[in-house]
Amino acid sequence: MTQIGSVRNETRHAALGLTDEKVVRMYEIMVLARKFDERAQLLQRAGKVNFHISGVNQEPAQVAMAFAMDKEKDWFLPYYRDYAFVLSAGMTVKELMLSLFAKGEDPNSAGRQMPGHFGCKRLRIVTGSSPVTTQVPHAVGFALAAKMRGEPSVSLVSFGEGSSNQGDFHEGCNFAGVMKLPVIFVCQNNGYAISVPFSKQSAGRISDRALGYGFPGYRVDGYDPFEVYRVFKEAHERALAGEGPTLVEVMTYRVSPHSTSDNDMAYRTKEEVDFHRGKDAIPAFRQYLEEHGLWSEEREKALLADIRKEIDEATEYGERAPFQPVQDAFRYVYAEASAEEVR
Amino acid sequence: MPVIEYIEAIRTAMKEEMERDERVFVMGEDVGLKGGVFGATKGLQQQFGELRSLDTPLAESAIAGVAIGAAMAGMRPIAEMQYSDFMFPATNQIISEAAKIRYRSNNDWDCPLVIRAPIGGGVFGGLYHSQCPESVFFGTPGLKIVAPATAYDAKGLLLAAIRDPDPVLFFENKKCYRLIADEVPEGDYTVPIGKSNVMREGSDITVIGYSMPLHFAMQAAEELSREEGIEAHILDLRTIQPLDREGILEAAARTGKVLIVHEDNKTGGVGAEVAAIISEELLYDLDAPIRRLCGPDVPAMPINPPGEKHFMLNKDKLKAAMLDLARF
Repeated sequence: MTQIGSVRNETRHAALGLTDEKVVRMYEIMVLARKFDERAQLLQRAGKVNFHISGVNQEPAQVAMAFAMDKEKDWFLPYYRDYAFVLSAGMTVKELMLSLFAKGEDPNSAGRQMPGHFGCKRLRIVTGSSPVTTQVPHAVGFALAAKMRGEPSVSLVSFGEGSSNQGDFHEGCNFAGVMKLPVIFVCQNNGYAISVPFSKQSAGRISDRALGYGFPGYRVDGYDPFEVYRVFKEAHERALAGEGPTLVEVMTYRVSPHSTSDNDMAYRTKEEVDFHRGKDAIPAFRQYLEEHGLWSEEREKALLADIRKEIDEATEYGERAPFQPVQDAFRYVYAEASAEEVR
Repeated sequence: MPVIEYIEAIRTAMKEEMERDERVFVMGEDVGLKGGVFGATKGLQQQFGELRSLDTPLAESAIAGVAIGAAMAGMRPIAEMQYSDFMFPATNQIISEAAKIRYRSNNDWDCPLVIRAPIGGGVFGGLYHSQCPESVFFGTPGLKIVAPATAYDAKGLLLAAIRDPDPVLFFENKKCYRLIADEVPEGDYTVPIGKSNVMREGSDITVIGYSMPLHFAMQAAEELSREEGIEAHILDLRTIQPLDREGILEAAARTGKVLIVHEDNKTGGVGAEVAAIISEELLYDLDAPIRRLCGPDVPAMPINPPGEKHFMLNKDKLKAAMLDLARF
């Protein structure tokens, strides 16, 4: 479903329980994430940073799924393209820039990990790694802990369609299904695992696999953030009601190369990429807001100016910030306080 | 002090810690109603319920990975690998995740997790119920690895491992489960992780090792004392990561003749690192080349009795190696 319109007299967002304020905020974060991503690519091309891995085109769905979650109670295990998700969860552009520049103040890893490897306890974002899909069983572990302690927390875990072939996907889903744990498994199917297209990753739908684990699986159009929101809200409610996990396959497309180290023209055509770029859901979302009197050319200009300023300041801050001192580079292999104190 | 079996010491440690700390729970294959294939978790489900003595699906990477998630969420999971031979599917979770969580997050996250796994042969387990996989994990910073030889250390090290703020691999020797029994205090005590223990004082040769082979060394030492007047100094590493460098050097310096023993195969084993530590620090104090008596460099032991016996260390093999070193 790509059409964004209103239902009866009620607006689509109001029907979903989204306030005007929230739906505007969703848009602002989509644009912020897009602009951050574009700046990160520029900085890499300019030789200012070594590496960037993009989430462009996936932002509307990421924002929508984040808005369906409870930032105070849930646990988030994003994957490396989830910039719009972590921005929605409360990470700042400044923090993302510190990560991009690998600086000591970066809350994700103090500049130890590649950018896109999110982790921030303050925001309930769980630290992640590069071997894909290892985060799936972790999300199940968070949900198990919530169940054991009787806490109303849901864990949400993201991964790509290539990752869905890893054993950890299957093992995690199966475990959560057996125990009816409050987990939302999110496959962001962007069509490519580096160079390998989805047709060579799976002969079926990822969402259909849920049947085998005994819980619902849905395929949802990633270009329709309201539908994404609806599906995640429902999954969240099911999880809180003790009805167990949900698998959601968000259909999207990776318009960027895999990373700044990849030349995607070696395995796909510009025409194909441009076709999908034309489906960008951000302008459609803006149009929706305008149609409902929630947005205007003036507000757009003001937003872009604000974002420009925020990103400029964050870039400057990130560039100037010090690296973690080398004398601290090897700290925290183990707890530094004694075991007795940490207990 | 009551004398209890090694496996009873492990069970007691879990039971007492689960009573003391509600964050502690055990999970793994068959650990619930059945109480584990060896009985290490017997009675825990009856006492603590299904969630805290949790029968998991048969999937080792999930057992480790879910436990890691629960640990990051603030629980204190004890994940059981039914046999250490079956923990390799969990290796990615252990090495890429558990070991690196604190370091990669700059101390924002931690992973207070214990993974228990039975090691060792001599039980007609064939290739895949007999292995010693320590060397696969040894040398991975971020992990602690313990391998007790006695019931006393099994309980004390397990309590220390559960309370440790970092991931600990607890390699329990399945041959020791019911063969080894010794005095174990009732109630709470811990054996510090990272500290070796002198099992026997001696002045002629030093034997350094961990787990089951130390019992063969102790038997051989008594015979050598009686028959040859040779006094062996025996050091139980107890923790194989981090190694107790001071304890190793002190024990090596004591006699100047060192024999290192373990059931894991020789090449790339813990013994190689122990030998390197001694060489780096004490080479010119030695009176003989450092020797190692270990499992042979074959994939694993056969199930047929002569083959298994040929693979395994025993008192006679230890005695011969110790005598040979003493006479050097």
